[in-house]
Amino acid sequence: MDPLTWTGSLGSILVPLIVITAAVFLTGLILQLIMGVFAAEVKLQTNADGTLQGRGGLLGRLEKYTGQLFVLLVMLCAAFIVLSWVMPYGDAGILGEISKRFLPVWIALIATFGLSITFKRKLGLYGKLFDSTIGMIGFGLVMFWVFTAIFVGLFDMIATHDPLSQISGIKNKVPGFVVPDAEAEGLYPHYLLGGDNLARDIFSRMVEGSVIVMVIAPLATVFAFMVGITLGLPAGFYGGKLDTTLSFLANLILAFPVILLFYLLVTPEIVATGLPNFLAAFLFIFPLVFFGVLINSRYKTQSRKNILYLAIVLIPLAWLYLSTISAKGSPLYIWPNALDGFDIPGGILVVFVSVVFVNSPTVFRIVRGLTLDIKTRDYVAAAQTRGEGTWYIMLWEILPNARGPLIVDFCLRIGYTTILLGTLGFFGLGLPPESPDWGSTINEGRKLLLIYAHPALPPAIALLSMVLGLNLLADGLREESLKD
Amino acid sequence: MGLFILRRLGVMILTALCLTFIVFWLTNLYPNLEKLAKTQGNFRMSDEQVETFLGNRGYTQSLPVKYGQWVGILPGYVIDGTDGETRAKCEAGRTPTEDTPTFCGILQGEWGQSTVFRDEVSTIVGTRLGLTGKLMFWVMMVMVPGALIIGVLAGMREGSRTDRSLSTVSIVSTATPEYVSGVILIAVFATPLFGMQIFKGTATSAMDDANFNNFFLPVITIALYGMGYIARMTRASMTEVMTAQYIRTARLKGVSFPNIVLKHALRNALIAPFTVIMLQFPWLLNGVVIVETLFNYKGFGWTLVQAASNNDIDLLLGVSVVSVFVVLVTQLISDIGYVFLNPRIRIS
Repeated sequence: MDPLTWTGSLGSILVPLIVITAAVFLTGLILQLIMGVFAAEVKLQTNADGTLQGRGGLLGRLEKYTGQLFVLLVMLCAAFIVLSWVMPYGDAGILGEISKRFLPVWIALIATFGLSITFKRKLGLYGKLFDSTIGMIGFGLVMFWVFTAIFVGLFDMIATHDPLSQISGIKNKVPGFVVPDAEAEGLYPHYLLGGDNLARDIFSRMVEGSVIVMVIAPLATVFAFMVGITLGLPAGFYGGKLDTTLSFLANLILAFPVILLFYLLVTPEIVATGLPNFLAAFLFIFPLVFFGVLINSRYKTQSRKNILYLAIVLIPLAWLYLSTISAKGSPLYIWPNALDGFDIPGGILVVFVSVVFVNSPTVFRIVRGLTLDIKTRDYVAAAQTRGEGTWYIMLWEILPNARGPLIVDFCLRIGYTTILLGTLGFFGLGLPPESPDWGSTINEGRKLLLIYAHPALPPAIALLSMVLGLNLLADGLREESLKD
Repeated sequence: MGLFILRRLGVMILTALCLTFIVFWLTNLYPNLEKLAKTQGNFRMSDEQVETFLGNRGYTQSLPVKYGQWVGILPGYVIDGTDGETRAKCEAGRTPTEDTPTFCGILQGEWGQSTVFRDEVSTIVGTRLGLTGKLMFWVMMVMVPGALIIGVLAGMREGSRTDRSLSTVSIVSTATPEYVSGVILIAVFATPLFGMQIFKGTATSAMDDANFNNFFLPVITIALYGMGYIARMTRASMTEVMTAQYIRTARLKGVSFPNIVLKHALRNALIAPFTVIMLQFPWLLNGVVIVETLFNYKGFGWTLVQAASNNDIDLLLGVSVVSVFVVLVTQLISDIGYVFLNPRIRIS
C-alpha cells in the first residue's frame, strides 16, 4: 500500500478548477464589497430593451457573476464528493476516502433536504428555513454532525479504527499514512488524517467525538432551558421580592469568570466532596417541576385526567431522575441498585452539571425579560378575567407566545454549550483525558502544536463547523420568523 | 443619579462579598485543604499529621471566622502550634513580633501569600495584571475600530449585499472560540505546514519585548471572537437609527448619503455598542485565560489557571477579587455611560 495523497487522481483536474473558481469568487466578493460601500442606492432601472433591472453597471454585473460563481463552486465540490464514491479505494485520495466514509451521512442529508424542500410550504417555520440560503447552509452543517453522531454512535459506521487503540509506528504521522500489517489484522489500511501523539487515528477520534458533543450539548441546553423557564416565568410575572432575589442570584453566577467556576466545580477534590452530585440533584429536579406544573395547571379541574397525565409523565421522569443522581459510591446513594436503570459516568455528570449551571442564568434573564414584555398583552388580561390560575397563564399563555425568540436562542445556546464543553476539554477538566471529544483532542494536540500541527486541526475545524452551523441556523430562523 | 450610583455600589459590594465567600468556601473544603497540606508538607503525611499541619496554620478554624480574617474584620489568628512554634496570620505564618498588626485582610491591603509562587499575592497580581493590560490594550485597539467599521458599513443599508456578506463574516467570527481560532492561526502562520511561517507561535518573549512578530497572533485571536458580537450589535443599532424620522428628514432635505451616515446617524448609532463593549470585558477575561494558556503568555489568565489547578487559596482569592471587580465595575460604567450618552433616559 502506498500512502495516500490529499486528492488522488481526481486532484489533477478538479482541484485546480475548484481553487481557481474559489479564488475568482473571493476576489469578486471583495471587489463587490468595496464597490458596494461607495455605490449609489439601488433603484429600478429601465433598460433599452424595455426590461427592468435591479442594479445595472459594473457592480450589478459583478453581483450576478459572483452569484453564478458560487453556484459553480458548490457544484464542483459536489462533483468531487459524488465522483469519489464510485472510484476504487485509494484513487480519490484522502479527501475522497473521507467523503466515501461519510456516504451514509450524505445520503441522509440529501434525503432530508429533498423531502424538506418538496414539502416546505406545509412545514411551518421549519419549511420557511429553506427559503434562506444562510439558514439552509446552517441547517446542512448541523444535520451533517447530527447524522454523523447517529451513524457513529448507533450503527458504528463511519469511524475507520477504534478511537482508543494504538498502533505502534504511527505516532504523530502525517495524514494518509499506511497502517503496517493492516490486511493481516483486518484493519482499515490508512490513517486518513494521520496519527496523534499516542498513535491513535485522528479521523476516528474526530467522528467519535461528535457523539459526545451531540449527546451532551443539546441535553444540557434543554435542562438549562427548563431551569431558566421554571424560574424566569414567575420572576417576570410576579416581580417584587422574588424577582429581586432570583435576579441577584442569576447576576451572581454571571459575574463569575466561567473558567474559574469550572476549575472550582470540576477538580477531583471538589468532586470527592459530592458537591456536583448535590448540584445535579437540585438542577435535575426542575424538569419534574416544570412538567408537573405544566400538566396540573391545565387539567386541575378534571381531576381524573389530571392524575392520569401526571402519572404518565412524572413516574418515568422520577425514575430517570433518581437513576441519574444516585450512583454507587457517590454521597447521594439513595436509590436501591435493583431499580437503578443506569449509571452516568462521574466525569460526564460533573461536566453536564457545570454546563447547565453556567447556562441557566442567561436563559433565566431572557425568559424574565420576555415575560415582562408579554404579561402586559391583552390575551393575558383576557385569561385573568376568565379566572385562570397564574401558572396556567404563565405556562399556557405567555410561554407559547415567547417561543420565537426562545427557539432562536436555543440554537445559539447549543452552539455556546458546545464552546463551553470545548473549553472544559481544553483545560483538561471533567472528561477523562483519553476521551475523544473535540475539546480534549484539541488540548492533546495543542501541546505539540508547533512541531506536529495536524492532530489539533481536525477537531478544531469540526467544532468550528458545528458551532457555525448552529449560529447560521439561528440567524436564518430569526430572519424567517421576523418575516411574519 | 447619585442615589442610583450609591445603590449600584451597594449591590456591587454585596455581590463581591457573596462571590468571594463562595470561592473561599470551595477552596477551603477539606479535600482541597488536605491536598494543600500534602503539597506543602510532604506527600506521605498520615491523616493526623495533615490535621495538625492544618490546625497549626489556622486552616481548621470555622469558615466564617477564616473568611472574616481574610476580609480583615476579625483579628488574624495567633496559634501556639503543637510543634512549639507560634504562627500569626499577620506575620505571614511566622512568630509574631511587637509591631505585628491585629487585623490583616483585604481591607488592610494584605492579600496574603501565594503557596505556589512563594511570593506576596499583591505583587504577583500586580505584575501579571500589567502584562495582561498590555495584551488587552492591543486587543481593544484592533477589535473596537474593526468591529465598529464592519457594523456601521453593514447597518448602513439593511439587506444589501454588503450587509449580508459582512453579517456572515461576523457570524463566523462569533462562532469561532479562541481555542479553535488560536490553534488554526498557529497551525497556519507559525508552523511550516502551509508554508506561511510568518509569526511566532508563543508569546513568552512578548512579556518583555512585544513586537508584531510575537504579539500579533494572541491579539488577533482574542479580538476575532469579540469582534463579531460587537459588530452585530453595531449593525442592529445602525439599522434602527437609519429608519428614524430625522434621517428621513435629512434625506428629503437632500443631504448626501455619506453626510447622513457620518453626521446624522453615526453618533446615535454608537450608544448601544458602547454598553456592549463595556460588557464585553468579562468575556475578554475568558478569552485572555485561554489565549494566555495557549500562547504561554504569563499574564493574569495564566496565573488564574496556575492558582486554580494548584489550589493556591490566597492567590485564587486575589485573582477572583480582581476579576469580579472588573466585571462589576464595567457593568457600572456601562450603566452610567448609557445614561450620559442617551439624553432620553433619566433615572428617577
